[in-house]
Amino acid sequence: MASPPSAPDLQPQTGPPAVAPAVALDNLTCVFGKVRAVDGVTLNIAQGEFYSLLGPSGSGKTTCLRVIGGFEAASSGSVRLFGQDAARLAAYDRPVNTVFQDYALFPHMSVLDNVAYALTVRGVGKAERLKKAGAMLELVKLGELGSRRPAQLSGGQRQRVALARALVNAPKLLLLDEPLGALDLKLREAMQTELRAIQQTLGITFVYVTHDQGEAMSMSDRVAVFRAGKIEQEGSPRELYGHPRTAFVADFVGGANVLGAVLVGQSSGTYALRPEQISLTPDPGAPMRGRVTGLHYLGATTRVEVQVGGQTVHASVPSGDVLHLKINDQTALNWNPADLRRLEDA
Amino acid sequence: MNAQPSTSLKLSAWLGAAFLHIPLLLIVLYAFTTEDRTYTFPPPGLTLKWFGVAFARTDMWEALWLSVRVALGATALALVLGGLAAAGMARSQFRGKSAVNLLLVLPIALPGIVTGLALLVSLRRAGLDAGTLTIIIGHATFCIVTVYNNVVARLRRLSPSQLEASADLGARPLQTFRYVLLPHLATALLAGGLLAFALSFDEVIVTTFTAGSQQTLPIWLYGELFKPRQRPVTNVVALLVMVVTLLPILLAQRLTQGTDAMNGAGKSS
Repeated sequence: MASPPSAPDLQPQTGPPAVAPAVALDNLTCVFGKVRAVDGVTLNIAQGEFYSLLGPSGSGKTTCLRVIGGFEAASSGSVRLFGQDAARLAAYDRPVNTVFQDYALFPHMSVLDNVAYALTVRGVGKAERLKKAGAMLELVKLGELGSRRPAQLSGGQRQRVALARALVNAPKLLLLDEPLGALDLKLREAMQTELRAIQQTLGITFVYVTHDQGEAMSMSDRVAVFRAGKIEQEGSPRELYGHPRTAFVADFVGGANVLGAVLVGQSSGTYALRPEQISLTPDPGAPMRGRVTGLHYLGATTRVEVQVGGQTVHASVPSGDVLHLKINDQTALNWNPADLRRLEDA
Repeated sequence: MNAQPSTSLKLSAWLGAAFLHIPLLLIVLYAFTTEDRTYTFPPPGLTLKWFGVAFARTDMWEALWLSVRVALGATALALVLGGLAAAGMARSQFRGKSAVNLLLVLPIALPGIVTGLALLVSLRRAGLDAGTLTIIIGHATFCIVTVYNNVVARLRRLSPSQLEASADLGARPLQTFRYVLLPHLATALLAGGLLAFALSFDEVIVTTFTAGSQQTLPIWLYGELFKPRQRPVTNVVALLVMVVTLLPILLAQRLTQGTDAMNGAGKSS
C-alpha cells in the first residue's frame, strides 16, 4: 500500500511548554437533540496522570471521552490535547488511542494483525510492525496467541488484545471506556492492578471511564464524579472519600448516610456519615437510638439497617460486634463527631 | 412436536421437488437425443452432435456474448449503486426511511412488463437508442435489489465501534474502507453480485422492451423454438443457460451461509 500522509506532529514539546495538560476541557457542552449530555465540563488532566471519569450511566462521562477521542463533536466549549486545540482534528489525527467497551476487535484479522493495525495504516514495514505487535502482545501476556482470531479468545484475552492494539503506536494518551465491564470480578481486580502497572511502566496518561467507584478509587490519581452532564466534584480518591462536598458524591463514592442537623445534634446543615464510621456498641450516652430493621451478614462485616426518626441509617460493623442483635431490637448508634462531613447542598 | 416428518409430508415434498425439476431433467435428456423434431420418450438414441451444431451457430455466440456483457454490466452497476444505497440507508435515520426502503426493493417485485414498459417510454424520452446500454440499465433496476438487500443485512451486523476503532488507530476513511468495511462486506457483495448476474443472464421480459433488435441468449432461445428443424439445439443452449445461472446461485448461497458462523465474532461477551 502507499504510505499514508503522516499525521500532524502532536508531540507536546512542539506546542506550548511541556507542562501543557494532556487534556484540557473548557466549558465543554454536548447537546443531542434536547438532551444536554455534557453540560459545561471544565477539567485539566496532567501528563502521566491516571484520571477517571466516574458516574452513573447517562451522566455524560462516556460522551466526554468520545469528544476527547474525536468521535463526537462539542456543541460548545473547547478541547485541547497537549496544548493544541483539537476541535478540527479528526479521530485519526489525534495522538490518542482508545480501548472500547466492546473491544471492537476486527473479526476478520488475526490477533497479531489486530495489534499491528495502527502500524499497518501508517505504512510501517511488515517485519517491523510484526515485531512491535509481538512485543506488545508479550506485554499483555498473550505472546502465544497471535495467530488466533478474536472469536477464539476469552473475554479477558480480548480485553488484553484491545489494550495491546491501542498501545502499539505508543500513544501519549490512552482512553479506556469501561474496559473491564464485561469481565468477572476476579479477572477485573487482576486487570485493575495490571492496568495501573502498565500505565506506570509506560508513563502515559490514562483517562478511564467507569461507573464502578471501587475501580476508580483503586487505580486513579484523580477522579471526576459526573452527574447529569456536570462534574459534581473532582479530586484524589482520598479527598473524594474524606471530604465529599455533596450528598451525591458522598453516597456514590463509598456510600454514606446523609443526615439532617437535628438527627446528628448539630445546629444546621446536612451531614454525611460513612456506615463504617458508626458503631453499635451499647452505650447509655449514645447520641442516637433506633430500631434494627435489617441485618446483612457479609463475612468480616455485617451491614445493619437501623430505623431512626423515620430514616434508615446504614452501619457497617465488625460481625463479631453484633452477634447479639436481632431484627426489631433497639440499639445505640455511636460515632466520632469529627467524622461528620457537612455537605454543601441542602 | 413430532421431530420426524410424516410419510405423507415427505411424499408431498418429493412430489413438489419432482414437479419443479423433472421438466429441467427432460431438457437435459433431450439435449442428447438423436431425434430432431419431437419429444418422443424415450429418445430413440443419444448423441453429442447437437452440441457441435449449437456451437457452430454464430448467432448463438453473438447472443451469448451479449448476455454476458449485459449481465456483467448490470452486476457492476448494481454493486456500485446497491452498495452505496445500502451504506446510505444503514447509517442514517430519517422520516420516510421505510418508504425509501420499499421503493428500493420494489423493482424486484414489480412485474417485468411494467418495468419494461416504463423503461421503454422513459429511455426513449431520454433520447437513448435501444442497445446494450439500455438493456444494462433495465436489468440494473432489479439487480440493484439483490446487492442492496445483502449489503444492508450485513451492515446491520457491523458494530459502529469497528469503524471508530479503525479511525482511532490512525486509519484514514479510505483505509478504514479498505481494511475494515470492505472485508466485512466482501461476501455480501459477492453473493449479491452473483445473484444479480444470474437474474440478468436469463431475463426475458424487461429485455424485450429495452433490447431493440439485439438478441440476448434467452431471447434468441425463444426465437429458436419456432424453428422446429433443430429443436435439440435449443435444449443444448438451455442446458448452457442452466449451468451458467445455477453455478453463481449455488456459490452465493454457500457464501452467505458461511458468514453466519462469523456473525458473533465481533461481539465481546
